[in-house]
Amino acid sequence: MKMKIATWATAAMMAASPVMADLVFPSLSYRTGPYAAGGIPFADGYADYFTMLNERDGGIGGVMANVLECETGYNTEKGVECYESTKGAGALVYQPLSTGITYQLIPKATADDIPIHSMGYGRTSAANGAVFSHVFNYPANYWNGASGAINYLMSQGDIAGKKIALVYHNSAYGKEPIRTLEELSKKHGFELMLVAVDHPGQEQKSQWLQIRRERPDNVIMYGWGVMNQVAVQEAANIRFPMENFIGIWWSGSENDVLPAGDAANGYKALTFHGVGSDFPVFDDIKTHVVDKGLAAGSGDQIGTVLYNRGLYAAMLAAEAAKTAQGIHGTADITPAMMRDGMEALEITEAKMTELGLPGFGPSFNVSCENHGGNGLVGVTQWDASAKTWSLISEFSESDMDVIQPLIDEDSAAYAAESGIEAGC
Amino acid sequence: MLYREAGDFSTTYPQDSQTFPIRFDRYRYYFVLVVAVFVMPFVMNDYLVNSIFLPFLIYAIAAIGLNILTGYCGQVSLGTGGFMAVGAYACYKLMTAFPDVNIFFHVIIAGGITALVGTAFGLPSLRIKGFYLAVATLAAQFFLVWLFNKVAWFYNYSASGQINAPERTVFGIEVTGPNTEAWATYLFCLVFTIGAAIVARNLTRGSVGRQWMAIRDMDIAAEIIGVNPLKAKLTAFAVSSFFVGISGALFFAVYLGAVEVGEVFGIQKSFLVLFMIIIGGLGSIFGAFAGAAFLVVLPVLLKLVGVDLMGWPTDIVAHFQLVIVGGLIIMFLILEPHGIAQLWRVAKEKLRLWPFPH
Repeated sequence: MKMKIATWATAAMMAASPVMADLVFPSLSYRTGPYAAGGIPFADGYADYFTMLNERDGGIGGVMANVLECETGYNTEKGVECYESTKGAGALVYQPLSTGITYQLIPKATADDIPIHSMGYGRTSAANGAVFSHVFNYPANYWNGASGAINYLMSQGDIAGKKIALVYHNSAYGKEPIRTLEELSKKHGFELMLVAVDHPGQEQKSQWLQIRRERPDNVIMYGWGVMNQVAVQEAANIRFPMENFIGIWWSGSENDVLPAGDAANGYKALTFHGVGSDFPVFDDIKTHVVDKGLAAGSGDQIGTVLYNRGLYAAMLAAEAAKTAQGIHGTADITPAMMRDGMEALEITEAKMTELGLPGFGPSFNVSCENHGGNGLVGVTQWDASAKTWSLISEFSESDMDVIQPLIDEDSAAYAAESGIEAGC
Repeated sequence: MLYREAGDFSTTYPQDSQTFPIRFDRYRYYFVLVVAVFVMPFVMNDYLVNSIFLPFLIYAIAAIGLNILTGYCGQVSLGTGGFMAVGAYACYKLMTAFPDVNIFFHVIIAGGITALVGTAFGLPSLRIKGFYLAVATLAAQFFLVWLFNKVAWFYNYSASGQINAPERTVFGIEVTGPNTEAWATYLFCLVFTIGAAIVARNLTRGSVGRQWMAIRDMDIAAEIIGVNPLKAKLTAFAVSSFFVGISGALFFAVYLGAVEVGEVFGIQKSFLVLFMIIIGGLGSIFGAFAGAAFLVVLPVLLKLVGVDLMGWPTDIVAHFQLVIVGGLIIMFLILEPHGIAQLWRVAKEKLRLWPFPH
C-alpha cells in the first residue's frame, strides 16, 4: 500500500509541476475555516495583480507569472504540506498570511534558500536582516503597529495614568505586541491590561465583561478572522465607545465591522497602505482581469481593505522580482536571486505613481540590515452609513527608540538559539 | 487458496503463540518491515516525508496509544491533544535544558513524563465511566493547553509563546531542525513507530492486556475474578499516555519544528486521533495504522487529484475533502462499525476459503 501511495504522489506531482520558465508565486491561501473571511480577499488581490501583469504587460520582464494556490485553512500542518508541494515548482517567495505558518517556515525556507515576505505579520524581529537573511517584513510590523496605536492615542490627548486594554488572539500573533506595549506603558505611564481570546474567538462574553467592569479608556485589538466581528459586536453590546476602540491592520476590514451594523460606526483600525479603489491600477484590473472574466474567487472583493493588501503584497513581490531581474541580468530568476531583489528593493513615490498606486503606500528602502522598511502607520475609521473606511491620519513614524532594542534583543536570542552568525 | 494455513503446523507452544502464527501473515509482516526500513528511505523526498510519511508514522503512534486506552481498556479519552502537548513541551524543555543528551532519550523521557501526567488525569476513571470520563479527559485537554499557553516557563519565556526545536543529531545525522534529510527523519520516526507497535502488541497479548480487556468487557465481573481495577485502569492510562507523549514529542521536534499549543494540540487533534482508531478499528494494533493512514493520506490524495490533476479551485476541493471524509466516516460507522481492521479480518476469512465458498 505504501509503495502505491508513493507512486501515486510522485506521478501526481510530476503532472502538476508547471513549466519551469514561469515565475512561480505560491499563494498559501485559506478560503475555508474560521479565518476565511480574511483569507479570501487577500488571496484574490494577490492573484488578480499577477493576472493583470500577465494580461497587460506579458508578465514580469517578459516572463509570465504563475500563482500557485494552495489551501492551508490557517492550519500549520497543511501549511507545511503546501510549502513542500510548491517549493519543488520553483517558488520564488512565500507569503503565508499566517504568523504560525511563518514561524514554521522561517528555518525551513532559510535552509532551502527561498525568501519569505511576511508583510505586517510573522516574527517582528525578522526586521533585523543580519540574523534573518531570508525573511522580510517590510513595510511595517506588529511592533510598529503597537507603537503607532499609542502614538495616535497620544496625539488625541495625554495618556499618562490612563488604562489601555489589549484584546489579543491567544497565539504567537496576538502575543507579539505585548512586550512593546509593556515598554511603552513604562515610558508613557499608562496602565496596560491584557485580555486574551482563545482560538477561534467566537465566544468573548467573559472578556468583554471584564472590560465592562474595569472600564479601560481605550481598547487595542490584535484579532483575526471571526474573532474580529465578535469583538466589535461585543463592544457594541456593552456600549463601549467605538472611537476609543482601535484594531491592528488585521482587525480592520469590512468583514469585521459590517455584521455589527450601525453600532460599529466610528471603529478605528491601523493600516500601512491606502484604502478604497480610487487608484488608477484598479482601472487596469477592471479592463484586463475582471472584464475578461479572469478575476480570482468570485470577484466581489475588489477595493476592500484586504483585497488591497493582497494587491499591495503582489505589487511588492513583482517589484522585487523586477529588481532581481535587473541585478542578475536574467529574466528567469531563481529564489536566491529573488532574495537579492527583495533586499535591494526601493519603493519611491514616483514608482508608485508609475504603477498606478499614487500615495497608496509609503516610500521605503530595504537593506541587508533593515528588512522591515520604515514602519509608517496610519489610522483609518469606519463609517457605517457610507460603509467605507477612510484615512483619518497621516502615515507617521513609530517609536523606534523602543522598538529597535526589542528587535535586537529578540533576534539575538533567535541567533543564539539556532546558531546563526549575524552579519551582512 | 491464496491465504491458507494448510501444512502450517506448530510443534511447540512458542510457535503457536507468536504474533503471526500463520506463515503467510508472518512473511507479509517481514516484507513490510524490510520495505519500510531498507527500501523506503531511498525513495524518500521532502514532499513525501513531510506530507505523508512523518504524519502517518507519528499519528500511528498516537493512535496505538489511544487504542490501548479506549480500544483495549474501554476508557474513552478526549485528552489526546493535551497529552501530545505534554510530550511536545517536555521534549522541548529537555532539549533546551540538556543539549548534550541524545534526542532519542529526550523523546523517551518525554513519553515517561506524559505517562505520569496521564496517570494523574486517569485517577478520576476509578470513579466515573463512559461519557462522564470523556468529559473529565476533555477537561484535561483544555487545562493542559491553557497551562502551556499561560505559564511562560514552558516556552522559555519567548515573546511569541512558540516553541522551536533546536538542531539535534543521532549518530551525527541531524534529525531535528531545518537542515534535516528526508530519510533521516523518516527512519528516526520509523524506529519509534515499530518499537511502539511491537511493545503494544505484546503488552496486549499478555496478562496486562487481558486485564485491560476484562475491564473493558465488564468491569464488575473483572473485579470479581480478581482483576484489580485500580491497577488495570492506571496502567492503561500510563502506557497509553506514554505512547501519546512520544508521538507529541516527535510531532513537535521532528515533524513541525515549531509549535503553538492552541493551534496544533487543540481539541481537533483529540478528535482526529479518536476518529483514526474508530475508523481503523478499536482494539487492534493494525487498526491504529490503518486509521492513521486513512486520515493522513486521504486528504492529501484528494488534494492531489482535485487541485493538481483536475485543476479545481482550492476552496472547492477543501470543502469536498470535508464532505468526503465526513461521508466516509459515517459510511464506516454504518457498514463496518469495527473499522478497517474488521474488513481486513473478513477479507482474510474469505481468502482462506477462496475460491471454494464452503
